[in-house]
Amino acid sequence: MTDRRTGFLFMLLAVLVALIFTSLVLVIAGASPVAAYWYILKGSLGSWTNFANVMVAWVPLLLATSGLLITFAAGLWNIGIEGQIVLGGIFTTWVLRLLQHSAMSPALILILAIAAGAIGGALWSVLAGVLKVYGGVNEIFGGLGLDFVAVALTLWLIFGPWKRPGIGSMSGTEPFPEKLWLPTVAGSRLSLWALLLGLIGAAVVYFLLSGTYFGLKLKAVGKNPRAAHLLGIPTTAYLMSAFLLSGLFAGLAGAVQVTAVYHRLIPAISSGYGWLGLMVSMLINFQPAWVAPVTLFFAILNIGSIQLPIVLKLDSSLSGVLQGALVLSFLLMAGARQRWQEKHGQEVSRE
Amino acid sequence: MSSHEILIGLAGVLFAAAPVVFATIGETLTERSGIINLSVNGTILLAAMASFAVSVSTHSLWLGFLMGMAIGALVALTVAFSSIALKQSQVAVGFVLTLMTRDLSYFLGNPYMGLRGPRVQSLPIPVLGQIPIIGPLFFRQDPLTYLSFILIGAAWWWVFRTRPGLTLQAVGERPEAAYARGAPVHRLRYLYAAVGGALVGLAGPTYSLSVKAGWKGTISGLDGIGWIALALTIFGGWDPIRGAAGAYLFALLQWLGLVLQPYMPNIPSQVLQVAPFPLMILTLLLVNIGNAEWVDRTLAGLPPDARRWVRRILRWMQVVPPASLGVPFEEE
Repeated sequence: MTDRRTGFLFMLLAVLVALIFTSLVLVIAGASPVAAYWYILKGSLGSWTNFANVMVAWVPLLLATSGLLITFAAGLWNIGIEGQIVLGGIFTTWVLRLLQHSAMSPALILILAIAAGAIGGALWSVLAGVLKVYGGVNEIFGGLGLDFVAVALTLWLIFGPWKRPGIGSMSGTEPFPEKLWLPTVAGSRLSLWALLLGLIGAAVVYFLLSGTYFGLKLKAVGKNPRAAHLLGIPTTAYLMSAFLLSGLFAGLAGAVQVTAVYHRLIPAISSGYGWLGLMVSMLINFQPAWVAPVTLFFAILNIGSIQLPIVLKLDSSLSGVLQGALVLSFLLMAGARQRWQEKHGQEVSRE
Repeated sequence: MSSHEILIGLAGVLFAAAPVVFATIGETLTERSGIINLSVNGTILLAAMASFAVSVSTHSLWLGFLMGMAIGALVALTVAFSSIALKQSQVAVGFVLTLMTRDLSYFLGNPYMGLRGPRVQSLPIPVLGQIPIIGPLFFRQDPLTYLSFILIGAAWWWVFRTRPGLTLQAVGERPEAAYARGAPVHRLRYLYAAVGGALVGLAGPTYSLSVKAGWKGTISGLDGIGWIALALTIFGGWDPIRGAAGAYLFALLQWLGLVLQPYMPNIPSQVLQVAPFPLMILTLLLVNIGNAEWVDRTLAGLPPDARRWVRRILRWMQVVPPASLGVPFEEE
């Protein structure tokens, strides 16, 4: 069997295992797996409106995952990505609030607000970077702590200084006037500008990681920081720029959530896309070329499962179970495949 | 606040810290052997949900606790297996598991939300419970709290004062040397993953059948505690007693947050609930900063007296992880 064919077979096996596991979970919950999968597909691809919603979810996920690949290239687990998306949303909201009554053109205000979001995400990310590089705090814990702080900051803003006239509520801040919304395709919630931003972002990261010296050196730092340092690569500077760039993308994701989707700041502004981006990154083994299709697939699962509570009385967290099962079974199969190849005397291919 | 109320409050702190103590000590044992089980947060949620569901359906607390521990052991063994047998990253597998088990708990726990179920009753110890102050604090608790007290001492004694404990340390520090001297490194790592995982799992039912009885899905207030336990493992420097001290500090701060809330009406309760997390960063910063190079350089500029004191404090705070934590090992 050729190496390629083995790889494909193991991939197929991984998908099969994940589907069997999820089906078992559905059976335990007393539901029909076929019906559940059918409603997920129908809820995401069954109509133009549903597919537009998939694209709406795709954009922030695409941006977050693209950003994560930069930190992963440097060997960093940027778990703080959730908080960075949140800070992006907060900074965007902040600039919109400041400028919404000014005489500036709405287009300019939107551009400034989105740029501010990117800066907000980058700042939060750099903070995790400083804690890691100068304070010795592992980025997993630093980032995670900052995630929780970011959520608390959002709640404080929504119930405190930015509360709606009258009383603050979980529904978020006062919506912005319609002229400050990113224009959407008629009859849907999809903004082509946001979509464009997401696609450009993914392309930039693809090019950065596979076609530039910066990307090459970043990967060198990620593989072996000491060797990279001995080769004259300024390790600290590269680690910090990885945090900065990753946070920039996460901040953009948050900016899109505010300007194109919710038009205000809500408590769950990040919608868990940071966590999901981490899952996708692991599933695709950190290869930039796979970001766009796999994030689209995950967005399909997320949007499709939204109807489950209504049609089947199931919790929508099923999408998370299926996504988790997929990633886990891919990781396990990757290991199984290596073992199988070692046993059968084949060279272990490095992707 | 009367002294009686404070005493009740402090007894409550010891009670509420029990699950955090279980999880922290469990993770400490697992990490001592060289395996990082990052799945703690999701494991606690899934174990809490499943053991509540089992207890509601079977009316048996025992089966509930057994379920929680079995789940914890199984998840931890998955991490160990993918690392030892399949050579996959422990961090990656643990992280996926923490997210997947969380979603599983919300998905499968849906029908059990808000149901009334059995709960562990308190078990005052005769005579000892009558001692002033000490009685209400330590001897008028429920069996789980007693178990948490015993576990702290037992785990410390096992790790630092017994021969198998010495082997455990060796396996986490220098597995080659331990293996050369006949320690079955892989088998021990599986064993401590399972035992530590079962303790992490025990934290689940300790919440859902005692400390925060019931299952309320996403608003159960348990999400995040596993991450605190992981941070406390580091804070504790992989020492069960110091880790447990961290758990009590955490529970104490949470209680203070509740007590002080009426005096801070401008701060929404959600904000106080996350107060442990910036503190987590701060404590991790304190225990790690002594390792940083720039600190040494800065200290060199201080007067000798001050330098000596700062160094002493930093060294006291500083922790060093087991040398082979997360590093795969080949048995030859």
